[in-house]
Amino acid sequence: MTPTPTTPAPSATEAAPAATPAPDAPAVHTAALALGDDALVLSHRLGEWAGHAPVLEEEVALANIALDLLGQARVLLSLAGDEDELAYLREERSFRNLQLVEQPNGDFAHTIARQLYFSVYQNLMYGQLAATDSPLAPLAAKAVKEVAYHQDHAEQWTLRLGDGTAESHERMQRGVDALWRFTGEMFAPVAGLDLDREALREQWTATVTAVLQKATLTVPEGPQSGAWTAGAGREGLHTESFGRMLAEMQHLHRSHPGASW
Amino acid sequence: MATAHQPFTTAPHKPAAAAVDGAVDTTVLESAFDAAVAADERIEPRDWMPDAYRATLVRQIAQHAHSEIIGMQPEANWITRAPSLRRKAILMAKVQDEAGHGLYLYSAAETLGASRDDLLDKLHSGRQKYSSIFNYPTLTWADVGAIGWLVDGAAITNQVPLCRCSYGPYARAMVRVCKEESFHQRQGYELLLALSRGTEAQHAMAQDAVDRWWWPSLMMFGPPDAESSHSEQSMTWKIKRHSNDELRQRFVDICVPQAESLGLTLPDPDLKWNEERGQHDFGPIDWSEFWSVLKGNGPCNDQRITQRRRAHEEGAWVREAAAAYAAKQSERKEATA
Repeated sequence: MTPTPTTPAPSATEAAPAATPAPDAPAVHTAALALGDDALVLSHRLGEWAGHAPVLEEEVALANIALDLLGQARVLLSLAGDEDELAYLREERSFRNLQLVEQPNGDFAHTIARQLYFSVYQNLMYGQLAATDSPLAPLAAKAVKEVAYHQDHAEQWTLRLGDGTAESHERMQRGVDALWRFTGEMFAPVAGLDLDREALREQWTATVTAVLQKATLTVPEGPQSGAWTAGAGREGLHTESFGRMLAEMQHLHRSHPGASW
Repeated sequence: MATAHQPFTTAPHKPAAAAVDGAVDTTVLESAFDAAVAADERIEPRDWMPDAYRATLVRQIAQHAHSEIIGMQPEANWITRAPSLRRKAILMAKVQDEAGHGLYLYSAAETLGASRDDLLDKLHSGRQKYSSIFNYPTLTWADVGAIGWLVDGAAITNQVPLCRCSYGPYARAMVRVCKEESFHQRQGYELLLALSRGTEAQHAMAQDAVDRWWWPSLMMFGPPDAESSHSEQSMTWKIKRHSNDELRQRFVDICVPQAESLGLTLPDPDLKWNEERGQHDFGPIDWSEFWSVLKGNGPCNDQRITQRRRAHEEGAWVREAAAAYAAKQSERKEATA
């Protein structure tokens, strides 16, 4: 088989390929994998919207966000190992993403609620990370600029849907409520991520509360985590739909072991 | 030559639409229009133009815009299964570009007085068409490469001359579209090259895709010149600059050496170099298939339009919400003014 010309991932490292970082892998690998999986999985979910968006402008916007996230995922996964081995050859239990990002798209309001919760988190988290001396800081400094747009997009739509028609208000409230129980996991500790988690939680809550109130929506009051099914993605426990998502994503790659694409 | 028009001004020999009233003899306007087209000047939205010219452009630009947004479907079909993250990023960006092309083209149609909503209604109700090529299915990953190489290649061959189309906004939209399309075409070629040089199974996948997409791609240039209903008038108006058969021949001549470099075979036993003509001869096209797909009997006609309609209908509440919110915002602004 002749090797095919390929361009490297945005910042491919020389790290030896590994399907999953070894138990004694540096903590930064664990952190890169967690954040990389978040970006990879949400990018995939947003990619499912292609051809189905409610208006042409949103085809462009959702694809744009998906592409930003995929770019982040490629850098992060390459810090942890080989991007394609990590994306395509791990089993469900080895993925370290938040359960929030793997949740199916639902209707547009549900997707926007997921975007709001996650983009506010990512913006604050990358903002903090960029100011540290972590090897992930350069990626965070670049990504935080992209994520600021994602947050703006989610906020604008939360306002339009929350304060639009009776139907859109109801749908938006349903999305915000349904995903609330997946938000607590964002503030759990991650090895290799030296963040002020208390500040993260406070700022996230303040931002999300302000947007929801402005959108005439009710801030959910239920628990943000609890049972292991609600927020254990970082430990490799996922929700049922995630296995199907991976089956679709990995099928072709796994059908041709060792092939180059 | 294209001229940049200031608002409310126009070239002296091209009367502005605003200047037209019942008293003006339309034959004077028409001869000024004809002279501008003959001199290769661009017609701009404010210029007077014959109704039939406007209608032809709206029909063609709308069909082109519809093709872009329907064309997202067969490729989006593979986004979630792309076999490497690099390929996934390329494919997502490509499908996004198509949505962007749809946006420029609907905007170009709007400069002629059409509205996007109305054009979409016509697409959804079957009163306007999109390129028949998108009524074929993408069955394997290699189809993504074949679409890039052949379908985008054919589209570029068709569209490069449109960058010199007499109608300014369309011509300018096409400049940008063509730049992005040639990028897509190279990416499709490169995808097929990787497969062709890959494992036996990958090579077979690439050959199968080319076998299925070759003939439909040749049909993209439209029926033979003798049977093309809109061609003659469009040529005079410089909306169209080359005949269907001329463009089809150009495409075949471009593809033959590229197929050789790819290590893939074009599925036409009659394809050979004709020394005398300095062009390739190729076998007869099955026009009955073309007409049948055009009439709605292709493998995916129903599927494509059903998905488009569903996305539109399921998005209605979102568009209504955005409109309601915008109305509330402007009311609030007025109340505080």
